[in-house]
Amino acid sequence: MIARLSGLWPVARKEVLHLARDRGTVFFALLVPVLQLFIFGFALNTNVRQIRTVVYDQAPSQRTREFLRRFSNTDTFRLLGHVSSDDEMYAAVRKGEASAAIKIPYDFAERVLRGSGATVQLLVDGSDSTVSGAALNVFNAVVLVENQRLLAGSGSRPPIEARPAVLFNPSTRSPNFFIPGLVAVLVQIMVILLVALSVVRERERGTLEQLTMTPVRPLGMMIGKMIPYVMLGFLEVCWILPIMRWVFGVPIHGSVWVLLVLTIPLLLAVAGLGLLISTKAASQAEAFQLAMATMLPSIFLSGYIFPIDNMPRPFQIVSRILPTTYYIDVSRGVILRGAGFADLWWNGAVLTFMAVVLVLAAAIQFERRTR
Amino acid sequence: MTPAIEVRGLTVRFGSFTAVDGVTFDVARGEVFGLLGPNGSGKTTIIKALCGLVRPSGGGGAILGMDVLVETARIRQRIGYMSQKFGLYEDLTVRENIEFYAGVYGLRGARREERSAAVVDLTLIGPYMERRAGQLSGGWKQRLALACAVIHEPEVVFLDEPTAGIDPVARRALWDLVFDLAGRGVTFFVTTHYMDEAERCGRVGYIYNSRLLAVGPVDELRRLPGVSPEGSSRYEIVCADAARALRKARQFAYVREATIFGRAIHVLADAPADTLAADLSGAGFEPVRVSLAEPSLEDVFVTLTNQEIAKGARR
Repeated sequence: MIARLSGLWPVARKEVLHLARDRGTVFFALLVPVLQLFIFGFALNTNVRQIRTVVYDQAPSQRTREFLRRFSNTDTFRLLGHVSSDDEMYAAVRKGEASAAIKIPYDFAERVLRGSGATVQLLVDGSDSTVSGAALNVFNAVVLVENQRLLAGSGSRPPIEARPAVLFNPSTRSPNFFIPGLVAVLVQIMVILLVALSVVRERERGTLEQLTMTPVRPLGMMIGKMIPYVMLGFLEVCWILPIMRWVFGVPIHGSVWVLLVLTIPLLLAVAGLGLLISTKAASQAEAFQLAMATMLPSIFLSGYIFPIDNMPRPFQIVSRILPTTYYIDVSRGVILRGAGFADLWWNGAVLTFMAVVLVLAAAIQFERRTR
Repeated sequence: MTPAIEVRGLTVRFGSFTAVDGVTFDVARGEVFGLLGPNGSGKTTIIKALCGLVRPSGGGGAILGMDVLVETARIRQRIGYMSQKFGLYEDLTVRENIEFYAGVYGLRGARREERSAAVVDLTLIGPYMERRAGQLSGGWKQRLALACAVIHEPEVVFLDEPTAGIDPVARRALWDLVFDLAGRGVTFFVTTHYMDEAERCGRVGYIYNSRLLAVGPVDELRRLPGVSPEGSSRYEIVCADAARALRKARQFAYVREATIFGRAIHVLADAPADTLAADLSGAGFEPVRVSLAEPSLEDVFVTLTNQEIAKGARR
């Protein structure tokens, strides 16, 4: 076993020297993810607010104005103004001037007064499902509350009153949800890319040919290559977490130490992925493309943006073989739910196993290629 | 004593292409062996097969008595390799490159210090220790590459076209280093396509189209029967207007080969010197001086190559 690791330390030390010489790469590694954190941290927000809404009130009165105020009092709807026909109402939504429209029929006030079933219509643009979902929920809630109010006036109480409470992230702020995952995604792309490029660069420059004639063994070479970049990735996480905590105000409910310890298996696994890419790629451009190809699944199938439970079965399986999935579980667990090592060690074990498999596969592939 | 390098019927095929075809030769310890051949003739593949980087399709070999198919790991510890392309790290300094290779070969402590000092002494690269390897000239790059290739005191060193693209002064300096080390018992296996470099080697092999056409000491190769066929001799002709005389000489029925060499013409002919002199004088190239000549190594390889091509055409 020791013989198979031949060359590990000299290669790792040399790689640190390359990094020390290459200011551009270190800059790329430490600063670009922070810039991205700022961009995406502010841009990604699924809390729907201020939906632009037009109103078609066929018979404006005291009653309808009061009713409409209940909508504008929510943060969800912003009433842009009134239209005076069905055509105008549809046109506003079709043109995208408004995402929703509320239509109140001419007999609304009269029917409410008589208690003979008044209606109110919501038209909502379904092209953005997050927006339409929020519009429907809030619309129904407003109507429900208004009904309760009207019924209460007649003397009876609603038999069931809902009192929901959101555990963890009680304000349901988007940054709290997105930023812990974003840390994982940003660090991952950096490590995969740097590791893959460092091996492919050696192949392109011919220095690999010289190395293959020495006692350096594939496994020693692979592990030696990944160590400096895993350390750099770790530094990166240590430097992003304070930004997340104090710039974006995401409170860390659990222990930072648990998070940092479980970061190491993630870094090892993604470095292993970078190594495997490097054994497949013929050029730096190809390595870059392959590294980027791992990004989309890591973002969309890892539960970072969309819940895994909502995915069709085959995609759920894919999400289970992505390292990111396990780390997002860890970071949300520690940061948002205050979970400890006892709740999360399993993710670390899976990531470690992935790292071992990936590095061994890379070493085997590497040996096969140079032979 | 076992030879430093033994190659037995070595064959390497890549798909339907045969890169090395049944090559057999030995290199004795302390010898400087030159493998000459055009680009793509299979020189580098032979080195790769001997170092365990390419699996032979047939035959095999041994280095220092160790089978190249089995004992790859032990062999790597005892050989050095330097390629035509600079294989060191241009962004690291000379010192860092040397230290890296010392580490790769597992040298530690006092032994590491001692060997680093020895290769710096040998290659005289001391004044450039803190310079980035990428900023060295071609000749110094090759010296650094040699320093790294011999840091672990290998007994056998492979040099794959070591002087490609460096100037003549640096070329000679590199060869002086090679002979210096050879004098201390290191075996060298050098590939080249320069004739003059091949002539420096104790023994030479000539490879053409994946096949080893000849192997032996340079003077022995010159006397190969195929080089100067029965009844023919090689002459050096000095006369006026050598370029036109060459064209004339090629028209004589008894001239097998003719080529310009400096200001003289080298001819392989089935006729005595007097006939040749008289015919050229008759054609107006006075004064003509014809003398017997030893075939140069180039003559040897051109003749062998032409014979091989003719054989191939007949096949």
